Amino acid sequence: MIVTVPTPAGMRNAPSPPADEDLELLLLIRHFELTLLRLFEAGELSGTTHTCLGQEYIPVALKPLLQEDDHVFSNHRGHGHFLARHAEPYGLLAEIMGREGALCAGVGGSQHIYHRRFLSTGVQGESLPVAVGVALKLKGSGALACAYIGDGTWGEGSVYEALNMARLWRVPLLVVVENNGIAQSTPTSAQMSGDIAARAAAFDVPHHRVTSTEVGEIRAELAPLVAVVRGDCRPLVAEFVTHRLGPHSKGDDTRSPEEIARAGDHDWYARYARMFPDPFDRLDRERRELVERIAAEVTARPPSVWEQR
Amino acid sequence: MTRVSEHLNQALHDLMEADPRVHVLGEDVSDPYGGAFKVTRGLSTRFGDRVRSTPLSEGALTGVGAGLALAGDRAVVEIMFADFAALAFDQLVNFAAKSTSMYGRPVPVPLVVRCPSGGNRGYGPTHSQSPQKHFIGVPGLSLFEMTPFHDAGELFARMFALGQPCLFFEDKVLYTRRMYEGGVVDDLFRYELAGDVARVFLDGVTEPDCTLIAHGGMTHRALAAMRELLLEEDLACELLVPARLHPLPGLPGLERARHVCVVEDGSEGGTWGAEVARLLYPRLWSTLRRPIGLISAADSVIPAAPHLEREVLVQPGRIRHTIAEALS
Repeated sequence: MIVTVPTPAGMRNAPSPPADEDLELLLLIRHFELTLLRLFEAGELSGTTHTCLGQEYIPVALKPLLQEDDHVFSNHRGHGHFLARHAEPYGLLAEIMGREGALCAGVGGSQHIYHRRFLSTGVQGESLPVAVGVALKLKGSGALACAYIGDGTWGEGSVYEALNMARLWRVPLLVVVENNGIAQSTPTSAQMSGDIAARAAAFDVPHHRVTSTEVGEIRAELAPLVAVVRGDCRPLVAEFVTHRLGPHSKGDDTRSPEEIARAGDHDWYARYARMFPDPFDRLDRERRELVERIAAEVTARPPSVWEQR
Repeated sequence: MTRVSEHLNQALHDLMEADPRVHVLGEDVSDPYGGAFKVTRGLSTRFGDRVRSTPLSEGALTGVGAGLALAGDRAVVEIMFADFAALAFDQLVNFAAKSTSMYGRPVPVPLVVRCPSGGNRGYGPTHSQSPQKHFIGVPGLSLFEMTPFHDAGELFARMFALGQPCLFFEDKVLYTRRMYEGGVVDDLFRYELAGDVARVFLDGVTEPDCTLIAHGGMTHRALAAMRELLLEEDLACELLVPARLHPLPGLPGLERARHVCVVEDGSEGGTWGAEVARLLYPRLWSTLRRPIGLISAADSVIPAAPHLEREVLVQPGRIRHTIAEALS
């Protein structure tokens, strides 16, 4: 069965201003990610990182739909997922920078974080079977397991093994697909035959496609479907059609300037700045300054120590 | 007399009875089939949905086990043939094992992955391997193997207590053999347990000509060779069978032996036996009289036809001749 709920008509053209709380979180994630790229350019960060520029609204929209006792599984592009789940930007940046106060002592870094029922891993599709196992344990408790994956993740066999089990065993699993149309450098059209809806349908897993980038609209669409995941223990694939504004990691964007500009047309940041200068400008400045302070403070910390081996 | 498969089955019954957190997952593990080798027989009837027959998805079912473990339960996963553990490599190596330490603090992942291994049953190249070597040296991953000497219930308890994922190899030829009891192997040999290691010895012999080190599945072939070496070559051998293969437990008494030889059924090259030798060389360097012997299966796929399979896998005659030659 495919559940397809149409986007409420008329709402798309007249978005209401986001709540300050949501806008603050969106902006926190935006400035966090921009700061990471800046720190990289300045040689302050090692290794690699994957920013979610343009996709921040997805975890922000999901935030109130998730309960305290839910488990969240994230991937390589997980900073936004984390910040929308736990308001701990200092700990996250310390983890990425390998500084004191790091969430995981600096061992995991950007892509491997386990903190208060939030777990990220760096191998595509690997978390879905694990999420099924956790959901099996949560079944009947009212809590769910939420796993973020991308469009590229659908190339991994583990996705299908997990969806099959999730539906067979009726576990409360919410699969959030951030379909940004590009897997590292390969367009989805060059790496996916068919589409995600049909793949979900093949497993009798309900699928819902979200095209809105308005957190209020998205919540209204998804809330009843997420309630079914919890109450009825039926998995759901929620596919967000989204746009990645930045590079896959850093400085590795092979898209044309026109293509990147087209992605930018969907950016909530520019839209809100234009439509709601008050309170946008004020909150934008506040979050930017906050992240600047966080970066300065964390950069000055001593290196993390891996004590509990 | 208790066969090894019955003993394992009883251990799983006891484990699930004693601990409601334990789940058993695997292909065809439910009744009435009870697993390809009947080791899970009766469990689903007694313990309901804590026992799950899964789709043919070794990777995901290992991941599900890890998820249950991560969420506070315990999982025993059965991979129908150890060969198929290759399909679960990512979940084992990149998730379950790494998760115990890559988050900067110890994270318990009580997961036991049972792997029926080994050949000599004519199952051919993809159902007969002893793939232990592919999993050695993975941080956070321990390897155990069933032996006819060790209590399986104690081994399960030990593996879960580690809080790390463990591969538990069960050589298929053991399933129909009996568990040894009371310190007696046969008319010649006695055994004793020292921690993770079973020591099989001849009464009264304190300085053996050769001490063999073998994994559980090699036990009977090693014993057959030891009998022939004693009766026909007048060479007294001792055998050490560690239930834990990696990290390797301390092996007792090797300094007293004239020769040390590791015997394994994995194909030669980058093997468990080579790792054992690497660990033993520094310790035994001053007492060794000759290089540590290493007897592995041939660098070959494992043929289905019995006469061809016998040539590839380690047989008693080869153990006997290799040791006799080394000591001649």
